[in-house]
Amino acid sequence: MQKLLQLPVNAVNIVKGVQGVTQGQEEALSPVLTPDSGPQNWYSAVQPEELRHLRSGGTEDRSALEEGLNSVQTQPLRHDDLKEMLDSNKDSLKLEAMKRIVAMIARGKNASDLFPAVVKNVACKNIEVKKLVYVYLVRYAEEQQDLALLSISTFQRGLKDPNQLIRASALRVLSSIRVTIIVPIMMLAIKEAASDMSPYVRKTAAHAIPKLHSLDPEQKDQLIEVIEKLLADKTTLVAGSVVMAFEEVCPDRIDLIHKNYRKLCNLLIDVEEWGQVVIINMLTRYARTQFLNPNINESLLEENSEKAFYASDDEEEEDKKAEPATLAKRKPYVMDPDHRLLLRNTKPLLQSRNAAVVMAVAQLYFHLAPKAEVGIIAKALVRLMRSHSEVQYVVLQNVATMSIKRRGMFEPYLKSFYIRSTDPTQIKVLKLEVLTNLANETNISTILREFQTYIKSMDKDFVAASIQAIGRCATNIGEVRDTCLNGLVQLLSNRDELVVAESVVVIKKLLQMQPEQHSDIIKHMAKLIDNIQVPMARASILWLIGEYCEHVPKIAPDVLRKMAKSFTNEEDIVKLQIINLAAKLYLTNSKQSKLLTQYVLNLAKYDQNYDIRDRARFIRQLIVPTDKSGALSKYAKKLFLALKPAPVLESPFKDRDHFQLGSLSHLLNAKAAGYQELPNWPESAPDPSVRNVEIPDWSKCSSRKDRKEKKVEKPFYSDSEGESGPTESADSESDSGSGSASASGSDESGSGSESEESGEETESDEEEEDEEEEKKKRKKLDKTKAKKQCIINFDQFDMNKITSVFSQTLAPSGSIKMYELLHRIKGEGLAVEYCFSRQPFSPEPNMVAVQIQFTNNTNSETKNLHIEDPRLQSGMRIREFAEIDVLAAGESVTVVMGIDFCDSTQAANFQLCTHTRKFFVSIQPPVGELMTPAFLTENDFKKEQGKLMGMNEILEKLTLGEKCVNEHVIVERVTATANLSRVPCGSDKECRFAGKTVSSGCLVLVTVTTKEGGGAQLTVNCEKMLIGTMLVKDILQALSQ
Amino acid sequence: MIHSLFLINNAGDLFLEKHWKSVISRSVCDYFFEAREKAVEPDNVPPVIRTPHHYLINIYREKIFFVSVIQTEVPPLFVIEFLHRVAETFQDYFGECSESTIKDNVVIVYELLEEMLDNGFPLATESNILKELIRPPTILRSMVNTITGSSNVGETLPTGQLSTIPWRRAGVKYTNNEAYFDVVEEIDAILDKSGTTVFAEIQGVIDACVKLSGMPDLTLSFMNPRLLDDVSFHPCVRYKRWESERVISFVPPDGNFQLMSYHISAQNLVAIPVYVKQNISFFETGSSGRLDITVGPKQTMGKTVEGLVVTVHMPKVVLSANLNATQGTYNYDPVTKILVWDIGKLNPQKLPNLKGSLSLQSGAPKPEENPSLNIDLKIQQLAISGLKVNRLDMYGEKYKPFKGVKYVTKAGKFQFIRSAIFLSDKSYRIATLCTISLIF
Repeated sequence: MQKLLQLPVNAVNIVKGVQGVTQGQEEALSPVLTPDSGPQNWYSAVQPEELRHLRSGGTEDRSALEEGLNSVQTQPLRHDDLKEMLDSNKDSLKLEAMKRIVAMIARGKNASDLFPAVVKNVACKNIEVKKLVYVYLVRYAEEQQDLALLSISTFQRGLKDPNQLIRASALRVLSSIRVTIIVPIMMLAIKEAASDMSPYVRKTAAHAIPKLHSLDPEQKDQLIEVIEKLLADKTTLVAGSVVMAFEEVCPDRIDLIHKNYRKLCNLLIDVEEWGQVVIINMLTRYARTQFLNPNINESLLEENSEKAFYASDDEEEEDKKAEPATLAKRKPYVMDPDHRLLLRNTKPLLQSRNAAVVMAVAQLYFHLAPKAEVGIIAKALVRLMRSHSEVQYVVLQNVATMSIKRRGMFEPYLKSFYIRSTDPTQIKVLKLEVLTNLANETNISTILREFQTYIKSMDKDFVAASIQAIGRCATNIGEVRDTCLNGLVQLLSNRDELVVAESVVVIKKLLQMQPEQHSDIIKHMAKLIDNIQVPMARASILWLIGEYCEHVPKIAPDVLRKMAKSFTNEEDIVKLQIINLAAKLYLTNSKQSKLLTQYVLNLAKYDQNYDIRDRARFIRQLIVPTDKSGALSKYAKKLFLALKPAPVLESPFKDRDHFQLGSLSHLLNAKAAGYQELPNWPESAPDPSVRNVEIPDWSKCSSRKDRKEKKVEKPFYSDSEGESGPTESADSESDSGSGSASASGSDESGSGSESEESGEETESDEEEEDEEEEKKKRKKLDKTKAKKQCIINFDQFDMNKITSVFSQTLAPSGSIKMYELLHRIKGEGLAVEYCFSRQPFSPEPNMVAVQIQFTNNTNSETKNLHIEDPRLQSGMRIREFAEIDVLAAGESVTVVMGIDFCDSTQAANFQLCTHTRKFFVSIQPPVGELMTPAFLTENDFKKEQGKLMGMNEILEKLTLGEKCVNEHVIVERVTATANLSRVPCGSDKECRFAGKTVSSGCLVLVTVTTKEGGGAQLTVNCEKMLIGTMLVKDILQALSQ
Repeated sequence: MIHSLFLINNAGDLFLEKHWKSVISRSVCDYFFEAREKAVEPDNVPPVIRTPHHYLINIYREKIFFVSVIQTEVPPLFVIEFLHRVAETFQDYFGECSESTIKDNVVIVYELLEEMLDNGFPLATESNILKELIRPPTILRSMVNTITGSSNVGETLPTGQLSTIPWRRAGVKYTNNEAYFDVVEEIDAILDKSGTTVFAEIQGVIDACVKLSGMPDLTLSFMNPRLLDDVSFHPCVRYKRWESERVISFVPPDGNFQLMSYHISAQNLVAIPVYVKQNISFFETGSSGRLDITVGPKQTMGKTVEGLVVTVHMPKVVLSANLNATQGTYNYDPVTKILVWDIGKLNPQKLPNLKGSLSLQSGAPKPEENPSLNIDLKIQQLAISGLKVNRLDMYGEKYKPFKGVKYVTKAGKFQFIRSAIFLSDKSYRIATLCTISLIF
């Protein structure tokens, strides 16, 4: 339409140019140009200015056709006005005109006749005018190729501008102009920009590559050269864009990736989100061609145990059992370090806020990771399900596919797939699909209960899908088949016909599996035929009766009689089944049904539908013996009453995973244009050395020049860069090693505050969780001391060493209670104090660490301080401190010893010897010191508490002391009394603590519940009742003070 | 990748089109209209529609369909996520993303779309960069612009695009340096008729408003990071440090942004702040029914429950409701069959109650199902999960940030698309809102 109308407009312009404006207006009135003159009169009565308002206000909603007509009538007027504005000297007028033109483009109206007037302004000084001109130019250049060329020189000039942003934007617009004649210019510009100093310009060059490729595919070879060059680029800015170009121009040139593979993996985390998606998808394909299948052993098994597919628990076990056997046969699988690098560097991106990135990582793990590691993606995918419904839709599709292959991974999140009544139907159906896939023997009862509630939903499509889902569960899990069948039969008496009909269809499929046992159900269904109107259901019932007419010999002929009566009014599918029923009855029970069959076949012979006429003719020939009937009629019984295999109800998502997950093709279950097949794993691994990068080259560009550049650009993110660096392969290891060292080194020397940060940063890297916890405790204990220690890189230290360093330097702080072991007078000037440092005693974890401080108050030195002759209860042990050779006068020294108290408060007696004397001393621990903190979640706490009820639970009421005003004080008091850790708790009325006894590791759980008016209740749960009782006493005392 | 974009309103009018490659006729949208008609509800339009030559990927937001045209293979989530980003950018620029604002600001919209995609591949989607390129409209500026003829397009060249920290522009300067963090949590729960929790989980987000000069490097730590079961971050957050130390270390974008969102799993016990006693019954004869709902506080941790709204989805046969509310107002919409009871603040001394009769369509059978209840509420100054921010440290800048405590209370901003109604008899959707302000 628009094309057609364009001509007259141009014509008007030409005429107008000659005749002037007023005549042009008359021309516009000409009936030739305006077939419908009614509205046109109305328009011409209005001033152009007002007209504009009118148009922008009210007329937009008219149909496109009408708009097209209107624009023809009014364009000459309005466009003149716009042209004048564009020609004026004032930027504000030009801007106003351009804005109006852009608004026209946005509404999809044709503004192409303004091209000459607009293109003049391509060199305008005003940035906004310029930008809008670019918008216009890119939109219409294709239609006005010759005129578009006028603007090219401006962009060529722009390409040489000293400002990188102007260079980039010139290239961007130039490459967007789809005019074939400028292809050589574009090619030249892209090549130049690809080696530009500025990474931003290089990025723009990468963007321009697919544009040029789509304009002129013959340039492919040259463009691949540029891509190769840009792939070698080491900035994060370029990486995403160039991989995008690679995917569009030459996705099969996998060889270009080899050299850049490790770099891409390492840069990945810093690339912008959209680039990440493209790179991850590309690397998935790459990895499939270059590495071996990590599940190669499992996949063999999987094929063997196809039958046991729905019994995953068994399968897992089988796996384990069979594994050694297969391993013995096959060469053990060793993962390529580069494969591992990819998996490791993509994992953190599961935490991205961008759903597309998360999905990309998820599919990468699904396609590439060893079976045991795939599970980590489940949580992230479940998270995506809380996003917009469109995201949910796509994610659920992918989860549905994944859940068939790897059901175990989503089982813990079963409840997240429960359906909410506000979900759109398409989401509901997908969730049902996932729930059905996840069903197994253990969870089937919960799932079925959930399905039952779904059947009550108001959404009928969804109800139907639910019933089908029940059917699928029933076929897949033999144990519940009868339950499901009974449930479905109950549904047959439902008031809603749709529910009944759907149940019938599903029951039919289920019955086919074991018809013998269920003739009563068939009878029941036969009765239904009088009431059910839904054709599909009627047809299903008839088929069932026909198929199993031997099980219901009395009812079947009667049903046929009824059906024969109503034959003419039935739907086509029902009619076909009536014919089938008649034929089958004729074969089994011809005495009763011969006439009926004849009658039905006669009716069918004159039916309007040719399918039915055909079927009738076909069946008559087969079953009714005549002279002419051929050899086939002998086999009629075999033909009709052959045992039919039960239908396999399987997921529509089965085997969809041959498409790369997350792709459009996967979603549509059909290959989309431009889809790159996900290759199968190679039989043997291709040479991994192709990814090696020559070391001198690498170190030259990356560790010096590039690293310097990076430091300037991103002073704070280099740490992640350094950390993500390490590869197992030799060459890049050297790089990463030097990289992280240099990065952290420069950070530290950079400024004071930074060094502190990097100190803390390295502190607990890669250490086990509990160790980290310990350290945090320790840090709290004596922060200043800890700070000093932080400068040491703990990674390289053995934990034991650290502990000893700590315990020796650690002065007992105020919060820890000191006990006297030997009074200064009694000890003749030697004072000994001890405290329970609450540190784990590193040489023996089940000993309590006791920190002993010797102070020599005499004037002479004391020598050979050591322990002798410990007298202990049975089972108790002591680990003595190393002998102190000399303790100078006035000095004091602290040592640590370990005592295993066997979880009792019995005292440990021993002799403390100096070079001159022996002192009998004893250490008796308070019960609270016999435990170490245990870190539980609230849930674990509840669970454990549940196990320790009855005799193991001690309840005590108490009145809180005056100072126990708030939670904080309570926590302080309790933790001072006993070495416990706080457990998170949802309520502020409750404080929970948990610990383990040091020696035997029994859990100690303490709950303090405060009540109104200073009252409180103390609960202690502990398997060791004695400890529990004593602890209650101690805490009571502490809290009521 | 993304070929064209069409914006279509709920009535089916196509009011904006933008092409990044060659022009695609708007007639391609006919396939969309067809699907739209079939779907009845706008929610049910399939996000991906296949046409003979193109694929249409669409999202529905703020009563507008964003329909994008795709020609070749592309991850659908990539497009969907981008379209949502476009809608969010509009919201950010114009305060709301509606047909009228888009039409009013069509030129800015066009400029934005031009910058966000290049040849169908996202170019600049960070709002910080976009705001440098194209200034958002304000009343003052648009007045000045009309008088002086100056423009919305930034005169300065965007620097953010050039750096590897694209979310932050260079040279930020404030006289008052401040940073606020809002911890907003939502409980999703399914409760059965007896009030036991079938399913409960907490969704939380931390929204930040950071106005700090220069390039500050912040570290936020929690008292109890172990609570967080699953987290996702703004790209500015360093994943590695979270993995190793459970602290959030980041160079913040300038202004408002969502730092992270998290999830606290159903395994942890979730406190349910209110209970509901409900009795909705329909009589076998006489086509009427009775309704009695009482709401009371349960585990509120001493805080007041506000903004309490109870929504009941009635069965189709319910024609009208004649009820009496002791507190608040109720409204029954006979078209959508939704009963909304707006209670407001929950007074523990005097529990709000809604009682009365329902009249049913005569002759219709008694509805089988019990209608489900939906509850909205808000609790200020409380993060229901018990999550606590421990401290915030700043590195990399020498200045002393402005010290002060500021409590910000935001309400209703976090209208999640997904509302939680469940098939069980009773359900809650609870949003607790809590603001923790930090002193440096």
